[in-house]
Amino acid sequence: MRNRTFWLVTALVVIAVFAASRLVTNDYFFFAAYVVLQYVVLATAWNILGGYTGYINFGTAGFFAIGAYATVVLHQLWGPPIPLLILVGGILSGLVGLGMGVLTLRLKGVFFAIGTLALAIVVQTFVTNWDYVGGSRGVYVIRPAAAPFFGAYIHYLFFVMLVLAGLSVAIARSIEHSTLGFGLAAVRDDEQAAEAAGVPTLKLKLVATTLSGALMGMAGAPLPYYVTYLDPSSGFNLAYAVNAIAMPLVGGMTSWIGPLIGAIFLGVIQQAATVTISSSLNLLLVGAVLVFFVVAAPNGLIGLTFRRRGKAPATPGAAT
Amino acid sequence: MVADLLLNAIVSGIMLGGFYAAVSVGLAISFGMLDIGNLAHPAFVILGSFCVYVLNQHWGIDPILGAVLMTPFFFALGAALYEVYHFSFERRGEEGLRGLAFFFGILFITEVALILGFGVDYRFVQAPYIDVTWHIGDVDLAWRTLLPCLVALAMIGALQLFMSKTYIGRAILAVAQDSLALRLMSINPARVKLIAFALSIATASIAGALLIVIQPVEPSIGRDYIGRVFAIVVLGGMGSFPGMLAAALLLGVAESLTSTFYGPSWAPAVSFGILLLTLAFRPAGILGRT
Repeated sequence: MRNRTFWLVTALVVIAVFAASRLVTNDYFFFAAYVVLQYVVLATAWNILGGYTGYINFGTAGFFAIGAYATVVLHQLWGPPIPLLILVGGILSGLVGLGMGVLTLRLKGVFFAIGTLALAIVVQTFVTNWDYVGGSRGVYVIRPAAAPFFGAYIHYLFFVMLVLAGLSVAIARSIEHSTLGFGLAAVRDDEQAAEAAGVPTLKLKLVATTLSGALMGMAGAPLPYYVTYLDPSSGFNLAYAVNAIAMPLVGGMTSWIGPLIGAIFLGVIQQAATVTISSSLNLLLVGAVLVFFVVAAPNGLIGLTFRRRGKAPATPGAAT
Repeated sequence: MVADLLLNAIVSGIMLGGFYAAVSVGLAISFGMLDIGNLAHPAFVILGSFCVYVLNQHWGIDPILGAVLMTPFFFALGAALYEVYHFSFERRGEEGLRGLAFFFGILFITEVALILGFGVDYRFVQAPYIDVTWHIGDVDLAWRTLLPCLVALAMIGALQLFMSKTYIGRAILAVAQDSLALRLMSINPARVKLIAFALSIATASIAGALLIVIQPVEPSIGRDYIGRVFAIVVLGGMGSFPGMLAAALLLGVAESLTSTFYGPSWAPAVSFGILLLTLAFRPAGILGRT
């Protein structure tokens, strides 16, 4: 499928899902679906770096929270519309991603991974000590009761996240089929060989880190309006990081469809478990599923289906 | 007055640094020497704290003695974990990315299991020395931080002796340098690594006891240590014990000064900031070979 066709199909799917959602009368559905879609964005964004190049980002929560807190600041100032907030959150997180990449991408993959973890904590410490955005007490963000055309505000938020999810999946798919994507795959398979063959590895990795960080920030930007109360420990929750890694691993990391499937699969399970069992148990579930898939099914759900058809995709190698 | 504050901050920073070294020594073995990015190490330290807590609460066993009693179990746990790790990743040459994700998952499982078992309340232990404080001139020496520092130094000294004097210890150092050469001398690197990794987890038991002597513990505080211990190991030059000890003391003093003069909420940024700067400018560590 050509890229343009794919974008068109994605747009149609987004419109179709939104049209179908108008038939749902239970508002809870929108709250739950928002979270699942948010994970689709995060998992896809994570996979642009983690799946395509093999560099692990443990700092998803940091990038996500940068987007969320950018919204808090702008909301305190004059409360611009959500699309603008998403843009600002995306740019900020993208820049942080770029800076992070410049600092650590020259090193072995393990150091990059630890560096991202460190980054999330540094940013969290700054936010905790920054009284303007509520500090450790947290901050209340009043969301409007309704949005024009959409009715209840949560329907609007749902639509925004749906568009973001469609956008990130389409971007991921386009990367995969572009020169950038092939370059990234070369980095993943053998970085030295790629460098020797003239692939500008550092530049490609920086593009991937920036893009991945920007999408994570965009996913975080509407968060304050969704939760209405944001404090550092919920904005920087490590659950975002573990989910963003677990979802692509469970789905399969070599293709855009893996994170999508993984996010929907794990996201729905968690939403169901939160309602029916307990929220701490559902994290245990994610941890267990993550370990199980890493050990037993290295290529995820995609790998399992491909293997049955007898054409397993190449295992993404380790970035060392 | 400021000099007084400064002196106390430095002394407590050194105590803190000694304790950090105890938490990091396990990682210096697993990450520094064996190249196993064990992100779950701090989670095992917390597990150690809770084991000690149970022993102390039910049978009144001294926390540090309890930790020593627990080391065989932690050793076995480490051995089992390494078997899984080796079988699923190292053997296939996929340890980098998948190994890290594996340990990240283990970290979560350990933490949530502890939350389910003990709740999120802070737990503490009882021992006669915990509330004792010596005043030497202007300096306050609290036994609850002094004793962990001493135990940590003893443990690291013992490990250093073990590594340099015994056959197994030297084999571990050899596997850290060149595991292929080891294989050529018909020693199985995986066997040596198994022992080394199990040993690294066994140190988590002791570090856990020291932690719960210093401060009350709840399951999720382990995360705060992930960055610190990796910072210390990287800063210390990956797997060198003296380097690691120096880095731990440096970090302890830096954090203690920050919390004294700017407030404790800034302390986490110190270690992670140092880590980021180290990664950016001196990835081989302060005493490291490049």
